[in-house]
Amino acid sequence: MSTSSDAIIAEGLQKRYGEKRALDGFDLAVPQGMVYGLLGPNGAGKTTAVRILATLVRLDGGRAEVAGFDVAREPRRVRRHIGFTGQFTAVDEILTGRQNLRMFGRLFHLGPARAAVRADELLEQFDLTEAADKGTKEYSGGMRRRLDLAASMILAPKVLFLDEPTTGLDPRGRNEVWTAVRSLVSGGTTVLLTTQYLDEADQLAGRVAVIDHGRVIADDTPAALKRRVGGDQLEVVLEEAVDLPVAVQTVARVAAGEPEVDEEHRRVTAAVEQRVTALTDVARRLQDEGIGVEDIGLRRPTLDEVFLRLTGHKAEPDTARDEAGTEQRTEVPA
Amino acid sequence: MSTTTLDHGLDVPERRLHWALADGWTVARRTLTHLVRQPANIAWQLGFPIVSVLLFGYVFGSAMSVPGGGDYREYLMPGMFGMTMAMGFMNTAYAVVLDTTKGVTDRFRSMPMAPSAPVTGRGLADIVSAGLDLLVLAATALVIGWRSDGGFWATLAAFGLLLWLRFALIWIGIWIGLMTPNEEAAGNLFAVAFPFAMISSVFVAPSQMPDWLGAVAAWNPVSSTVTAARELFGNPAALGDSWIEQHAMLGAIVWPLVITLVFVPLAVRRFQRLSR
Repeated sequence: MSTSSDAIIAEGLQKRYGEKRALDGFDLAVPQGMVYGLLGPNGAGKTTAVRILATLVRLDGGRAEVAGFDVAREPRRVRRHIGFTGQFTAVDEILTGRQNLRMFGRLFHLGPARAAVRADELLEQFDLTEAADKGTKEYSGGMRRRLDLAASMILAPKVLFLDEPTTGLDPRGRNEVWTAVRSLVSGGTTVLLTTQYLDEADQLAGRVAVIDHGRVIADDTPAALKRRVGGDQLEVVLEEAVDLPVAVQTVARVAAGEPEVDEEHRRVTAAVEQRVTALTDVARRLQDEGIGVEDIGLRRPTLDEVFLRLTGHKAEPDTARDEAGTEQRTEVPA
Repeated sequence: MSTTTLDHGLDVPERRLHWALADGWTVARRTLTHLVRQPANIAWQLGFPIVSVLLFGYVFGSAMSVPGGGDYREYLMPGMFGMTMAMGFMNTAYAVVLDTTKGVTDRFRSMPMAPSAPVTGRGLADIVSAGLDLLVLAATALVIGWRSDGGFWATLAAFGLLLWLRFALIWIGIWIGLMTPNEEAAGNLFAVAFPFAMISSVFVAPSQMPDWLGAVAAWNPVSSTVTAARELFGNPAALGDSWIEQHAMLGAIVWPLVITLVFVPLAVRRFQRLSR
């Protein structure tokens, strides 16, 4: 499956932490110049995979190549061709943005003069020139993340690893980072990014691998993946529970699959393909029937739903957080 | 695959030493730039010993006596130097915790830089800032009337021994820093640093303590360094009868050596565990 034009190759990666198998036969082949998303909940093995490929963690079994070099045998060569941006923004908080980039430039052995020039280029590229001489403590989350990205791009690496690049950012910061990542891709960098958000994978990645229990369980384009999990969802919340049967029928006319009913919350949900047509159609019909609608709208499937559909189980390790937002869903018998 | 454009000579053995030193210096410069950008931090760091000088020198010092005679403030100052060195391991540990938890250590490890640089850079920066600490403390000491009667070389040797202790504690600092899970936990290091620095001859001669505590204090590496410094400065040393107090100079040289030999491998092993 893997070819010589692949920037990242992983074959049967194994990694154990005590009893827990963090990676259990992890396979991946990322073609050059592509943005590849690793999607999965906390604890699925995304971060472990990225850390192994970025030479930070030793693998217990299997084989991995990055930019043509074996990560276990030639880690130093791999390091010359990769950029790594971990879950935390790894910039010095006391130094200024410029001082940070110059320091990392020197550590990439550019020499002081070239490091200074490269720092200015990157500040410009990541839209940080104005804040260049401020301490990074004063930066917003998005700015700090951009500086972090700039630091990984000093040698214009062939492969860039981004571990949850937008976790903890507000929507604006997230957009800033997305824009920055897109500009890198247009420069030909291969990007492997992990994320917990289907939305993010959809925005950035040309292809997505869904990870569960340390292995890839689905590997497809975001569009195909969404189709597999049912695409966008139409959601209707009624004022009166008695209207549920009629509403289910109405929704079923436009739905791509079987509608789901949540009686307690008087909610009907179904996957739809013609998003806007479906929405307007259902809204009009419900109005014609005289059914009181509390809320109606379209939404993307969440990671939980992707998981539920692909694996048949919920994204486990996040149970603490999930429980608050979990609602009982009852499948309507056919 | 051609690597000519990006080959920075890392795989050529004679260039490795060059880059090990150059990268170490770059990392050290980072910490030294912190001192320039955050002078307030130095003030806080020095505030504690300076306040202690005033507190122990004047408030309690009026009631203190040095066994064997001598001025208490003359006795106290080398103790303050030693205490500052002893507590310095917390700075090392704290810096290591911050770098590790904020991902800077991982970034360094993912880069083609010399793998030793984060450690040598940290060590160099810590020694330089410890030297600055001593400079400011010595100036304070001169103001309140402390003098070294030991001559130029003996005085220099005393400061050298103090820095030698600080050097050894870098490794304890790195080891502890790598074991400490987060910043908050690093704050608790005071609970270790206080007894380590103070159950010693820093403030009070071990001979004035209860026997068992005096023995612990006398064998504390900090005591050997402080007592040796007192002897070199020509300050009152209040030597007790125990073997270790009589051989403070030997202790001041050997203790840090032992600490280094024990904690370098421990720190290296902890560092390697990051790859697990």
